[in-house]
Amino acid sequence: MTGRKATGRKAQDDRTAGYALLTPTLVVLALALAAPMLLLLVYSLKSQTGITIGGDLTWTQYQAVLGRASYRTLFWRSLAISGAVTLVTLLLAYPMAYFVAFHVKRAKFLWLIALTIPFWTSYLLRVFSWKVILGFNGVINSALMRLGLVDAPLEFLLYNPFAVVLTLAHAWAAFAILPIYVSLEKIDRSLLEAATDLGDGPWRRFRRITLPLSMPGVIGAAVLIFVPTTGDYVTPELVGGPKGAMLANAIEAQFNSVGNWPMGAALALVSMTGVALVTAAFVLAARAATRAIR
Amino acid sequence: MKRHGLLAYALFYLAFLYVPGLLLPLFSFNDSQFIAFPLSGFTTRWYAGLAADGAMQQALANSLKVATATALLSTLLGLTAARAVTRYRLRAKGAILGFIALPLFIPDIVLGIALLLLLAALALPLSLAGVVLGHMLVCIPLSMTVLIARFEGFDRNLEEASADLGENGWMTFWRVTFPLMLPGILSSLLLTFITSFDEFLVAYFLSGGSATLPVYIWGQLRFPERLPMVLALGAIILTVSVGLVALAEVLRNSGVKADKRRVGA
Repeated sequence: MTGRKATGRKAQDDRTAGYALLTPTLVVLALALAAPMLLLLVYSLKSQTGITIGGDLTWTQYQAVLGRASYRTLFWRSLAISGAVTLVTLLLAYPMAYFVAFHVKRAKFLWLIALTIPFWTSYLLRVFSWKVILGFNGVINSALMRLGLVDAPLEFLLYNPFAVVLTLAHAWAAFAILPIYVSLEKIDRSLLEAATDLGDGPWRRFRRITLPLSMPGVIGAAVLIFVPTTGDYVTPELVGGPKGAMLANAIEAQFNSVGNWPMGAALALVSMTGVALVTAAFVLAARAATRAIR
Repeated sequence: MKRHGLLAYALFYLAFLYVPGLLLPLFSFNDSQFIAFPLSGFTTRWYAGLAADGAMQQALANSLKVATATALLSTLLGLTAARAVTRYRLRAKGAILGFIALPLFIPDIVLGIALLLLLAALALPLSLAGVVLGHMLVCIPLSMTVLIARFEGFDRNLEEASADLGENGWMTFWRVTFPLMLPGILSSLLLTFITSFDEFLVAYFLSGGSATLPVYIWGQLRFPERLPMVLALGAIILTVSVGLVALAEVLRNSGVKADKRRVGA
């Protein structure tokens, strides 16, 4: 009969129904994502004198952003802080994920719940609690003074890049634990047995089998942590001080206190592009390294 | 030996995760304006202060409104889109999914300022509606992640059986697809609700005069004398969130178990 033709038509109808179902979501995203990002681009190409925004398109803002040494410092510092956060978070989380994946037998689910519960507190208050811990009159200092271990409060704990790294390594821990756990859990246990049978010791076995096979989870977690933390505003604002300020603080200042939106838009786009390039380079390098250690 | 070392490390790490959060409830009952040891005595006056704080309650009401609207809209849009990409063979599926997931890779501050520019370009005032729009950007991909996993795990034969037995498309959806999807829908609602309820930066740029709870808390952090009340508020949020998450996990598990029963029957 006309089976083939009818099937083709049905597939076509099906596809139309599929696109129809997608339309509302795509319309909302076109309005709330594509249009605003285009506007951001347009704004970044404008000039501003006083509070008047010029009509012509110009590269002025980009020249200003790229030419200003303070922004370059801020850019590299943000990358360095986020890079350190990523590294510290991964190093702390890996043994934890390894423990749950390989050494917990029955209560895996309970461990995973226990590891995620702290992340259901307000993000603001989680960051703020570190200010309370590290501050001049904070928990650590008041405890040390009370115990008589120091005479005056330690001032180096708060308002520096170290405080930002510590706070973010705490705030983003779940984003490292879960992907690494998933990739470790997927590893075929018979591969490990085979390695042992063939004479590999535990360390050699870990380096040759477990680590390379868990690398996709590690790389995924790295991107998941690195990209958003480069744009974090709350943590540097609360615990960073002047030496720990990051890109988002400068962008926010252009939009609020300074009131130069075109400049803020250019700074945001340059930052995002820079972060995207560095991230892409990192992912390629990490994949190559994984192949090399195998 | 190695096992004990790892267990010790795991417990140490767990303490690192929990201690900062547990300071909030601890100092919220401490009878001193200063957040420092030693503790001065037990009080519930910070909680009493919260009950009398009209601005906080207004902010809480705003946040509940925003989070409810965001959860419902994101889950509805996530549901239709997840259905479309799992049920039909679409061209450019990868590109579409990438576009939907894009906001997860854009820093919140950029989403906030870009939406601020949109509202300015359309000459619209700052409002909670703008905050909902911003939160939906982040919540739609989250909702889709939950729902796609659910759609992919389910048996299409059940829908075909329903059609063979004479139900039309709409009734099949209501009587077969929807009940099977319900656990996924509930966890999507919960995840998007909590995400929106906790979101600060987008709301900071877009809420204007009507602060959400995180924006209100941000304002309070500047005033040392207001801190114990903020901690009390944090302790309440923590308790309610943990309760909700526990409920969600129970629901999720009961959903899985019900599926297993159905398959077994």
